[in-house]
Amino acid sequence: MTSEFAVELRDVVKKFVTPEGNELNAVDHVSMQIKNGEFFSMLGSSGCGKTTSLRMIAGFEWPTEGEVYIEGRAMGHTPPFQRKVNTVFQSYALFQHMTVAQNIAFGLEMEGVGEDEIKKRVGRALEMVQLTGMERRRPKQLSGGQQQRVAVARALVKTPSVLLLDEPLGALDLKLRKEMQLELKALQQQLGITFIYVTHDQEEALTMSDRIAVMSKGKVQQLATPVEIYERPSNKFVADFIGESNFLEGTIKSLARDEAVVFVPALNAELRGMPMSSDFVNGEAVAISVRPEKIRIAENNAKGDGLFEAKVLTSVYIGSDTHVYVDMAGIRLKVMEQNRISRLDPSSFYTKDQIITLLFMPENTLVLKKD
Amino acid sequence: MLQRLRESKSMQGTFLALPTTLWLFVLLIIPLFLTLIVSFGQRSPDGGVIFSFSLDNYIRLLGYSTDCPGGQASCFDPLYVNILWRSLTLAFNTTAVVILLAYPLAYFIARAHPKRRNLFLFMVLIPLWTNFVIRVYAWMMLLRKEGAINIVIGWVAGLFGIEFTPLEMLYTPGAVLVGMVYEFLPFMILPIYTSLEKIDNSLYEAAADLGANAVKTLLRVTLPLSMPGVVAGTILVFIPVMGTFIVSDILGGRQVILVGNLIQRQFLDARDPTFGSAASLILMVMTLIVTYFYTRKFGFGEEIVAA
Repeated sequence: MTSEFAVELRDVVKKFVTPEGNELNAVDHVSMQIKNGEFFSMLGSSGCGKTTSLRMIAGFEWPTEGEVYIEGRAMGHTPPFQRKVNTVFQSYALFQHMTVAQNIAFGLEMEGVGEDEIKKRVGRALEMVQLTGMERRRPKQLSGGQQQRVAVARALVKTPSVLLLDEPLGALDLKLRKEMQLELKALQQQLGITFIYVTHDQEEALTMSDRIAVMSKGKVQQLATPVEIYERPSNKFVADFIGESNFLEGTIKSLARDEAVVFVPALNAELRGMPMSSDFVNGEAVAISVRPEKIRIAENNAKGDGLFEAKVLTSVYIGSDTHVYVDMAGIRLKVMEQNRISRLDPSSFYTKDQIITLLFMPENTLVLKKD
Repeated sequence: MLQRLRESKSMQGTFLALPTTLWLFVLLIIPLFLTLIVSFGQRSPDGGVIFSFSLDNYIRLLGYSTDCPGGQASCFDPLYVNILWRSLTLAFNTTAVVILLAYPLAYFIARAHPKRRNLFLFMVLIPLWTNFVIRVYAWMMLLRKEGAINIVIGWVAGLFGIEFTPLEMLYTPGAVLVGMVYEFLPFMILPIYTSLEKIDNSLYEAAADLGANAVKTLLRVTLPLSMPGVVAGTILVFIPVMGTFIVSDILGGRQVILVGNLIQRQFLDARDPTFGSAASLILMVMTLIVTYFYTRKFGFGEEIVAA
């Protein structure tokens, strides 16, 4: 039986007992449908349930409640060695007593693949991860990045229908990590295999994924494309966790079909034409999220709607951008300005206590539930 | 001097190794050399040593005898060769049994909850708090004709109305094997545990993930990765079993004489230190040969851990 979903989690709960003897829902009623050929990420900070979810798909853990389906088949207590998924471990988990080629061949030997066929497929796998010529090396003789590639090759040589990756780039330095991100993404597109990728690095998730499940406290907070997650976070947690956000408190004044008028007491102003993340009622207390890069610093004599004065607290020059922290009617905001023009003149930078004018475009903000 | 010591790594090494080097030189190298000299000597009538260069002791060990039942001038007496062979096979058997018993237990401890691991290791070590000889005597109490084992079996047999003649277990090669296994088991459990404990759980998961069931994981991943422990344990068990005489003395009586007993008797009863020295050296050479071939095949058990 095939299914349009490579993997499906239906109302999955995983309870653990903490060392103190308390019961903890590491995964708390999680449902997700991962499509065939998709690059799917689970994103969250440690303890959010992402790794436990992945381990339940791999078969290292069994759900306390709910069910994991792989290609439409309920997995129940199927052991890992009978599932059509393979895992790239965070620690790589390479067999130190075997050579690179033996590591990659291991999974095929377990399947009972013939010797000639194994040789051919190991060769192709090494080529795929650009490690040809390293067959006889031991894992310890390879760099971190090369070990990572062996781990990927060892899993992919089994031609799984789903590849599970548990923070596979966590141990690499930043530059190599960025290279490997693009490489893994290219590999996934070339092979057309479903990748389920666990990471705590939002940039990594945004770079690579077709869809992302943002998780927190064992629950899926939002499951959407990277653009939707960044531009239309479904709640304050996601808006805060993905990228950076400034929050303004306000109440709903009136509602149109998909726009709201929000009164912000601190500014003593009504903001009109505000996009909404969900359904609201009149008078409801809300939070308005504004991304730092979406606030513009206007000319001081500018006139029009959406202009507010603010006082500079500090200004941090970081090369490509300048981060300006300001106080706007008692609200602390972060504003990001791209340094589009090369300049050296100190007077062109923002200084403490300088009064500047900020421009909020309503379409660049989002009204969210207050918590 | 101090300044140079601070700067030179090789001088620091020499300095640190000095006490042990001296210790070994005085208490190992010199006595070994003396043993070698004595082994070429001849026994004097009062039990002293007449220094000479004679291979008589070695020829005697290998079976040359002038005290022949048929009255010939010389004949082959297998007495000592048998003792050497018995010691060697017993050491092999003990090591094999100890590995078979220790491995599953070490695996169990290594995979137990970290909180319980120390308790189990503690239990493994408890017997070592009692004196070696006392523990062997305890086995005598268990194995002898009126011993605990026979009493229990007799009692159970009695319940079923079966006639039971107490088993003759003491003073048999089996009793010596049991005693040896008991004495040396902890020395195998600990190194195997240490190497098993180092295996990261993700390696077992990786094996399962790649399609290996429990048996294949054991054979292809667990065993090879824990070989350093098995090798270290084998060295710790095989070598002392080859030389020990207490277990065979108490549990084997006059029936199971090992090379250790032979050496002991030459020095204490027969008052022939020259023959005892020759036997000691033969024992050393045999142990070295076995250890050499064993470690050449399996290494000293460090390369995977150290890599």
